[in-house]
Formats: sequence, C-alpha cells, structure tokens
Amino acid sequence: MPLLSVENLKTYFYTRAGTVRAVDGVSFDLESGKTLGIVGESGSGKSVTCYSILGLVPQPPGRIVGGRALFAGVDLLACSKEQLRKIRGKRISMIFQDPMTSLNPYLRISEQLMEPLLVHERISRKHALNRAVTSLEEVGIQDAGRRVHFYPHEFSGGMRQRVMIAMALISRPEILIADEPTTALDVTVQAQILELIKQRQRELGLAVAFITHDLGVVASFCASVKVMYAGRIVEAGLTREIFARPCHPYNAALQQSIPALHEKGKPLFTIAGLPPDLSKPIPGCPFAPRCAYMLPKCQQTPVRLQGVTAHHETACLRFQVGEIGDLRHPLASVTA
Amino acid sequence: MSIETATVVPDAPVIQEAKLASGTSLWQDAWYRLQRNRLALGSLVFFCMMAVVCVLGPLFTGYTYEQTELSLKASAPLEPIIERTESVKNGAPRRSYLGLSSIEDEFLEKSPEERQAVVARIKRGEVVREDRFSYHLTRLKHRFGTDALGRDLLTRVLVGGQISLAVGFAATLVSVVIGVLWGAVAGFLGGKVDTVMMRLVDILYAMPFTVIVILLMVTFGRNFILLFVAIGAVEWLTMARIVRGQIISLKHQEFVEAAVSLGLSERTIILRHLIPNVLGPVIIYTTLTVPDVMLLEAVLSFLGLGVPPPMSSWGALLDDGARTMETSLWLLVFPALFFSSTLFSLNFLGDGLRDALDPKSSKD
Amino acid sequence: MNAFLELRNLKTHFPVFRGTVLRKPAGAVRAVDGIELALEKGEILGLVGESGCGKSTLGRTVMQLIRNTGGSVLLEGRDLSQLRPRQLREERLNFQMIFQDPYASLNPRLTVFDALSEAIQTRGRLKRTALLNAVAELMSTVGLSPDQMRRYPHEFSGGQRQRIAIARALAPRPKLIIADEPVSALDVSIQSQIINLILRLCRERQLTMIFISHDISVVKYISNRIAVMYLGRLVEIGPAAEVVENPLHPYTRALVSAVPIPDPEREARRQRIILQGDPPSPLNPPQGCVFHPRCPYVKEACRQARPALEEKLPHRRAACIRVGEI
Repeated sequence: MPLLSVENLKTYFYTRAGTVRAVDGVSFDLESGKTLGIVGESGSGKSVTCYSILGLVPQPPGRIVGGRALFAGVDLLACSKEQLRKIRGKRISMIFQDPMTSLNPYLRISEQLMEPLLVHERISRKHALNRAVTSLEEVGIQDAGRRVHFYPHEFSGGMRQRVMIAMALISRPEILIADEPTTALDVTVQAQILELIKQRQRELGLAVAFITHDLGVVASFCASVKVMYAGRIVEAGLTREIFARPCHPYNAALQQSIPALHEKGKPLFTIAGLPPDLSKPIPGCPFAPRCAYMLPKCQQTPVRLQGVTAHHETACLRFQVGEIGDLRHPLASVTA
Repeated sequence: MSIETATVVPDAPVIQEAKLASGTSLWQDAWYRLQRNRLALGSLVFFCMMAVVCVLGPLFTGYTYEQTELSLKASAPLEPIIERTESVKNGAPRRSYLGLSSIEDEFLEKSPEERQAVVARIKRGEVVREDRFSYHLTRLKHRFGTDALGRDLLTRVLVGGQISLAVGFAATLVSVVIGVLWGAVAGFLGGKVDTVMMRLVDILYAMPFTVIVILLMVTFGRNFILLFVAIGAVEWLTMARIVRGQIISLKHQEFVEAAVSLGLSERTIILRHLIPNVLGPVIIYTTLTVPDVMLLEAVLSFLGLGVPPPMSSWGALLDDGARTMETSLWLLVFPALFFSSTLFSLNFLGDGLRDALDPKSSKD
Repeated sequence: MNAFLELRNLKTHFPVFRGTVLRKPAGAVRAVDGIELALEKGEILGLVGESGCGKSTLGRTVMQLIRNTGGSVLLEGRDLSQLRPRQLREERLNFQMIFQDPYASLNPRLTVFDALSEAIQTRGRLKRTALLNAVAELMSTVGLSPDQMRRYPHEFSGGQRQRIAIARALAPRPKLIIADEPVSALDVSIQSQIINLILRLCRERQLTMIFISHDISVVKYISNRIAVMYLGRLVEIGPAAEVVENPLHPYTRALVSAVPIPDPEREARRQRIILQGDPPSPLNPPQGCVFHPRCPYVKEACRQARPALEEKLPHRRAACIRVGEI
C-alpha cells in the first residue's frame, strides 16, 4: 500500500486569459524508501502538482477542481486547514529551488530549525536546540554547535541548501518533496546535495518526490519517473526503461535533444514549435502538434496512460495500438 | 499572455507596413487593467469632469469671482435676493441687493408686526416703497450662497478650483521634469556625480520648507508664480530619489548593457531605454503628488501665504470658511466638498494606476 | 600572425571598502585575475566554470562593459582598454553580446521593430522602406516571422525572445560574439533550437565566439576549444572533446564527473568525484594553487606555489603540477 496516493488531480487557474489547466488529471503513488522523479519543462505542471498536495496553491486564482490525495487515510485535498497544518512540515516536508528565499533572513538558523519542533512536538527549547545541532551534523555541516547560531546569509548557496534539508528532515517526516532543489546550484555542489539526499533517504526510509527539468539528474537519482507535459503525465515507468525504451514521442524527443548525446558537427535534434496554450481546451494528445508521428486522430481522441509492460505506461495513442515501436531513432526533424 | 507560434519564413518579402499586426504595449495593457478597476475609472471620470466644470463653469454662473455686493453679505445658498433701489437726487437710482434673512434689519424702526407684514409683502413679490427706498424680490440666485463680501461662492469655488488644480499640476510638472532628469542622470552616471547631486538633494530636504516659503513671500510679496516655484522646488526632491533608485536597479539590467554594447550615446540610453521604464512609478507618484501639492497650497493659504486676494483657491476659501463657520457654515462646506472629493478621486486614481502599471504589487 | 582576439594578463578587480563613514579600501575581489587567452578568427571557445568563478565578468570585460584594471584586450591587434570613450563606442559594433536572461535583455517598452532598427542603424541611417526590409530580413534569419515586428517582447516566449536578442546582436554585423549562458534559462527542447541557430549563424557569418556556460556538455558540443575557469583564473584549456573525455586538471575532472548523464546504465557504472565544500571567496583566494583546499590530489607543493598554465600535452595546457602523476 502506497504512503501517498494521488488520483486524478486537477488544478486550474482562473485568469484573465481564460482557465489555465495547469494540472489536468495527474495520478501517482509514493512509497516509502523510494524516489519518484517528476520531470517536465517549465509550465508542464510539475511544481503545481506538489503545491496542490500541500495546499500551497494560491487560491484564487488557483483552484483544485478534482482528485484525491490520500495520505494515512486522510484526503489532503479535502481535509481541514488544521489537519493539513499538522501533516505539512511534520509528516510531509518540502524543499525548494532557491534556499535564500525560503529561509527568513532576519532569524538565526537555530530559531528556524527549532520552530517546527516547538510547534509540532512541544519539547523544551534546550532539547530542540540539541536536535537542531544534531540535524545540522547529519547534513554534513561541520562545527554545527557554533554555526547553528548563524544567520542564513552567513552560509554559501550549497550550505544553505543543506540547512534547508536539515530543516525539512528535523521532524522526521515520512515524505520529502523536493522542488528543483539543485537547479540553482553549481554542478559540483549539486553532486554533493544529491548524494546527501540519497544518504538521508537511506537512513530514514523516506519517500522522495523529486521534481526536476533535468533528465540527467533523474537518471542518476530516481528509481521511477513520471514525464509530464502540458499538465498531464505522458509517460511513466522505471527510470531505466524510460531511458532505454522511450514509449512516448515527447520523452523520446526530449532525450534526443540533449547536447551531451550528440555528435559534434551534426545539428542538434530539436522539437519544433512551442508547448500548447493551456488556457485552451486540448481534446486529444497535448503533444500532437509538435509530434513527428502525429495522425489526425491524435488531436481528437482523448488519451490516457496505459501499461506497455508491468512497469511502464504511455499516453501515446499510436504506441498503445502498436502502430509505432522503437522511438529511439525517429525521423530527423531539424529546424534552426 | 498570448503565445504565437514561430514559423520559418520564406525569403524576406516586401513588407507592407499597414498589414502588420500590432502588439499590445505595456501601456495599453495597463490601460486595460485600469479600465477594469471601477473605482479608479470612476475617479478618473470624476476628476476630468471636475476639471472641465472648474474651467468652463465660471462662464455660466452669471457672476465673476471678484464682483462684490457688500450689502448682500454672507447670504445662504439659494436664499431669495431682494433688490433695493435708492432714488438719488440728480442722478440714476442706486441699486443694491439684500438677502431675505437680513431684510428685517432694514425696518428696525417699525414694530415687529408691521415688520413681518412688510416682509410678507416683499416675499409675495410686491414692490414695497419706504422713504427713498423701494424693495422687490428678484429671480437672482446664489446657488452656493455668497461670502462676507457678497461674492458668489459657486463662482469663487470654481475659479478657486482652477487655481488649485493649476498649482497642483504646474508644480507637479516642475517637480516631475526636474526630479526625473536629476534622478536619472545621477543614477545612470553614478560615482562622484551621483554623490554630489544627491547630497544637494539631502541639503534641500533638510531646509525647513514653511520657513523658506514665508521668507520668500515676505521678501518678494505674495505672488502666484512664486507659489509654483516654491512648491515645485520641494516636491522634486522625493521624485529625484525615487527615479534614481529605479534607474540604479535598471542600469544593471541586461537590456541596458545591450544598449551600451551597441555603442549608443548616454543621452539615447537615458532617454530611450531608462526613462520610459521608470515612467510607471513616476506616474504613480505624480498622481499622488498632485493632491499633495494641492494640500500644500491649502496649508500656505491657510497661513495667509497663498494666492493674493481677490483671487481665490480652495485653500484660501477653506481659510475664509473656517473663520466664519459658526455663522455661515456653507462657506466651509462647499469648498471642503469640492476639495476633498478631488483629493479622493486623485488618490483612488493613483492607487488604480499603481495596480495597473505594476501588477505584481497588487493582490491578484 | 597575430591572433584575432588576445587577452594579455587580463585583470578585473573590484575594490572592497570597509566602514560606513570612513570608507577604507580593504582589498579587492579578484573576479578576473591574470587571464591569458588567444582566439583565431572563426574559432568558438567554450568558457566553463561554476558561479562566482568570474566567467561572466571575463565576458563583460572583453565587451568593455566593465573596464579591466590590468592587462589588455586586443581585438585584431588593437587594445580596447586603451580606447577613448568615443572610439570605443564606434569599435563596439565589432563585438556584441548575447545575454543569459531573455526576459531582462530586451527593453520591455520597445517593439521588436524598434529594438532591431536601433541596432541596424548603428551602421548608418536607413530610409523607412529599406529599414523595414532590413528588419524583416533579420527576423527571418533568426527564424521569426516578420509579421510580428510590431509586437512587444512580453508577447513572445523565452525561446523567441532569445532569437530577438540574437538578431539584435547580429544587426551591427559584428565579428566577435560573447554569448553569456544564452541557453541556460531555456527549456531543454528550446535549448537545442537556439544552439542550432547560434552555430548556423557563426558558420554563415564566420563569427568568432566565446560561449560562456556552466554546462560542460553544451560547451563540448558547441566549441572547438574549452577553457575551464576557477576563481578568476584559467586552470585548463584545450580541444573540446579531449578536455571533456580526458581532463588533465583535477578540477576539470570533478566538473565533468559531477555532470549527471541522462543514461541510467552509464550513470550506474561510472565513478563520481564529489568535491568537498564550496569554492572559496575571490576576496582572499587561497595561497598556492587556488584549487588546493578542495583538491583530492593535493600535496604540500600545491599549497606553496601557484602553478602556471603550461603545455602538458600537444595543444593542451593545464595549471597543475601533478598532471603527470595522476
């Protein structure tokens, strides 16, 4: 039984330009000790999905119009604010892209680390401070006893992200949601942070939802992946299958356009066009207008995820009926 | 925001200018947002109407702002006016006007009963003769009443509005022009120039404004132009600071670096790339400066340092009204009503503009 | 033969002051500290390094948006840092920059036509029709529809804005392009479009380019040579493929190994070097080799003397005394 089970989540934003279907029917499960990658480009709805679960979507203009998110028998989308507050930060924690904006610059790290303990566990300040120091040591900050009293600006970017992780994990949550935690960091620091999250996950048996746009990070870090496009999951499965045998043209094209895998001198593979305008209803496959395999039916027929193998699902109509098979060497559609 | 799909286009065709789709500029966008803000739009309409009424209104009231009628004194709004004709030997009869409420004072030698009978006859419209005087009811009306010198208050409020608005706008204009240029130059050039220019602003800031104005007025006499200069000279300081701050944050933006890379002159960069991008905050601050300046003018008038009589301004009228508010409240109420409703509308408009020009600062 | 662009002992230091009332100079941030570099005409040099290593400052110093505090920038033999402001303004047309953030690099108050015509007319005024056609041609070159020239930047997507910015950089017909992380703000699928565009334009117009990026895989694909920067200095330079596949300097090794490979099989097999700590502050760089506090191969000699950038293999230079041993 999964720890967190999200079913058919729909989050819409009601704006001047119309109803933006930012998340349109997303389902996934999180299991303890496992890492789920949610990968997609900007505007694919990957962050909004997680914000919706934790009740962090600004309302209005946003509204969760459908779906369930079951955690320990409670539907997070329907429960009271009071209930949600008890779960958020205590049993489900989140870390964000920019550690500087999520730390309060006017409070010492010690205060910020102790806060969830004092609120949720009602332990003494002395105990809380001890826990704070321990938590900093656990994320590899040396001299934690002294540095716990620093202000956020006295730490470097990588150190701040470590502090954020310490803060997220101090109340021993069961789920960690990481929203692009390494995007603002340098690659050498990114490697440190990924290693740290991995290590803490092993020690605590956390379920991690890892949101990123970087396929490279997913490949090295996640056991299974959901690929999102235009507010929907278009492909899902175990990481190695997603990479070894892409079953959706979007996933295939995305992997092909990574420069690292290209021979020099040959033009890079590109996906023509732009992501769709989410304020207009999309009856069929959202990727169809940019897809090299598109048939007229793709734009009209509603698509849903369907299993290809036991651990691999795709939302591509043509793949499901077996009209297309190996997507790894598609037609070169090169435009500059 | 609309997203247009880029397509690869065949060889450059001959461009027909008229056929090009034109985009929506940020100004148009802001205008659109402003239109959706009922309160701000209403305020804008109200304010424009107020301006038109103040400019054109005095032509239709039938009185001028300086025409006195001493015998009329402070008549209440819409009080019937009685014409008194005094026949003079060897000359044309002398005409003067009285308010109905003060007509009894004319017949003080009579007994109260007689007095009331006479007043009743006059009210009925009969011509009453008494000695050399004859009295009869006229159709004249002062909608807002008159002041202690018998001047039509409506006309004076409208003319006063002209002055107040003119001071408000002229002084604001002065402050905007000086402030924007000063701030932009200081901010863009930076370094020593910036230090010197901004220290000057600090020094001017530190001067006690009222004292300076009093000194100016005492030295040069009460003067309309001086009022503009005095107020403008204080108001530009804040504007310069705001603009400088904005320019400093803008000048490290990449589009400014791109303009420098193109080898454009500093003049072009300031006028074309920097100033248009600070106009949003400038406009917002301007709409809030106008009421500020008008208030300042009122304060000065209240201290007796405003426009010289018989000119009026809202501030001067308020000063008059406040002195006589126990006996003739209307002299305070009407100018106050006009003044405060205008200030309200400008403030609402300023708020609306801030939301429209800087959507990030507003709630939605 | 003289190089097309040559940087000689280039230094850009920013003075740091202490105290609020009595401001005393307290050292300098050595953002760029003694860079020696030469580019041939038509060459694409990739400049990689982490944030704060001074790569953007180096780019802006070459552009003379920041004036260098030492050394010289020679473009076709002429020292840009010695030019008077007026001469420099004319000279600027020969080198243009493509910026990182396509949202900040376009003036939001100008239409595409305004922005491009301004850039085109730096080479002399044009009549209205000629100007319209020039703008239209430029827009088609970068893959934008000329019908949209009346539109404002906010009406375009990130990738399209970057195309506009590229068009603006090309308008004065420059010879040298400094591209400062031009694709790092864009999505993967858009990135590849822009990279293709930049490469095509470089080829067609024989542009020389310095391509600044933190992404070593993008740089490897684009450039002929790669220069690796750390704390204001070059630590390694050489042909792109060789630097990535067989890095000489320990920092380059760590950098290459830290890049996640989008291939779980290879990712599982390879060995990672995870560096300790963060890069030190350029305000007071460490004694000796700047990399020694984080270097896994550090020995006593590294702490003493600063190694020079020397030729270790044909065409390959590195600033490390232990290249042969590791």
